[in-house]
Amino acid sequence: MATPASNRQLPAIQVDPTNKPYFDAAREGRLLIGLCKDTGKHFWYPRGCSPFTLSNNVELVEAKGTGVIYTYTVMRTKEPYCVAYVELDEGVRVFTNIVDCDLDSLKIGQKVKVVFKPTQGDAPPATMFTPA
Amino acid sequence: MSINGKAYIVGAFEHPTRKADDKSVAQLHAEVAYGALQDAGLSKDDVDGFFCTGAAPGLGPLNMADYLGLTKLRHLDSTDVGGSSYVLHVGHAAEAIALGLCDIALVTLAGRPRAEAMATGTAPRSWGVNVPDDPFEIPYGRTVANAYAMCAMRHMHEFGTTSEQLAWIKVAASHHAQWNEHAMLRKVVTVEEVVNSPMISDPLHRLDCCVISDGGGALILAKPEIAKSLKRPLVKVKGHGEATKNQNAGYTDLTYSGARWSGPRAFEEAGVTPKDIQYASIYDSFTITVLMQLEDLGFCEKGQGGKFVSDGNLISGVGKLPFNTDGGGLCNNHPANRGGMTKVIEAVRQLRGEAHPKVQVPGCTLALAHGTGGLLGTRHGSATVILERE
Repeated sequence: MATPASNRQLPAIQVDPTNKPYFDAAREGRLLIGLCKDTGKHFWYPRGCSPFTLSNNVELVEAKGTGVIYTYTVMRTKEPYCVAYVELDEGVRVFTNIVDCDLDSLKIGQKVKVVFKPTQGDAPPATMFTPA
Repeated sequence: MSINGKAYIVGAFEHPTRKADDKSVAQLHAEVAYGALQDAGLSKDDVDGFFCTGAAPGLGPLNMADYLGLTKLRHLDSTDVGGSSYVLHVGHAAEAIALGLCDIALVTLAGRPRAEAMATGTAPRSWGVNVPDDPFEIPYGRTVANAYAMCAMRHMHEFGTTSEQLAWIKVAASHHAQWNEHAMLRKVVTVEEVVNSPMISDPLHRLDCCVISDGGGALILAKPEIAKSLKRPLVKVKGHGEATKNQNAGYTDLTYSGARWSGPRAFEEAGVTPKDIQYASIYDSFTITVLMQLEDLGFCEKGQGGKFVSDGNLISGVGKLPFNTDGGGLCNNHPANRGGMTKVIEAVRQLRGEAHPKVQVPGCTLALAHGTGGLLGTRHGSATVILERE
């Protein structure tokens, strides 16, 4: 039995001064992740400090936009949707949705690629993934 | 400093209501506070330490202290780590008493999510404003149910845990709840009934989820001299541990909980091991919560939780580790969406020998209560206490 992913309406994303560059890039279809320049390690979610050293010696760098499903679940609501953690090729695990697919066909370890989905009003798009 | 033996739980009260259409949250706080003080044989002017959380109406403890008429307070604590808070408050109250910061501490919890028709588990919910992770999680429909379901999915993938094994946790809770006249779900259920109940968030079924209820509870802790002057059985705080677990900068690992850290801290302070525990109150927001915490507390090896909970091993009088003999959050209640309070209360009942006779653990002298608050799949608080009948 197939369960097509719903195109549920997404709430507007609240942008703040610190995460604005991430969402500006998302509007351009680019996925950025945090990089701690003290340690050379990537981090998620984007923030203004390094979660490894707490310094502000951080920048956003472009990710390839591909990864695998680390874990997922399908919310069996009126409009079913899949919540997942996707492990990017860069190593970080991103809280997201898997979309544009049969929700009953998903598997842990499955390859996925990034897609951007519109949210309400003029807010930036949400960063989601679909089977690669 | 160790808190072992420095404080006693001298009063405990669980509100009998499960749907409080006719009472405010503040009034529920008053009723549980009064009930616990009556149980202890104390009055409100004896209280000089007050503990509550963000679930209490108002600014920290201020508005409730006012409503309750607490005028002798010299120690306050409104640490909020969700449902685990009240387990943590037992530890913090014991610490405060040990340091002489207060002599008699009151801990209260109350709420009415059921009367307010709250979709506790299935509606996306933020914890406040300016929360930095919200823009990266709320738009994706993060709910309580799916944050725990993702842990269950990964546990099944890594360790071969099955839905039937998770169902045994609900079955055990229902065996206990049948004897609790206040429990919301008193019908004994089977593994088949659990796995055939509607899917909420794969792989968690409706019967893998706790109930939504109104009500609350309260605890009174006191220093040894006072505890020994009262008429109630002596329940000593022997050990406490607390921890937070988070996403680890994006290298999140959903196969374990913060119990991995809070548990050993509590056991070390108490000077006992999991094998010594005769009764365990284990936070049961969902079946998977119980399974992972049992592993992380050391009741079984990591990955063996499914096997451990099967075949009635958690049923009092049947299995090796009687748990949640009031029916727990899975069957009895989950007041204010926070189950830590009732975890401590049922452990106190067991140690006093005041649990229902059908579920009372004979000669119960050592018990554990453990809570997980927040979301197991993102960031959560973890608190463990070990209590002893003296």
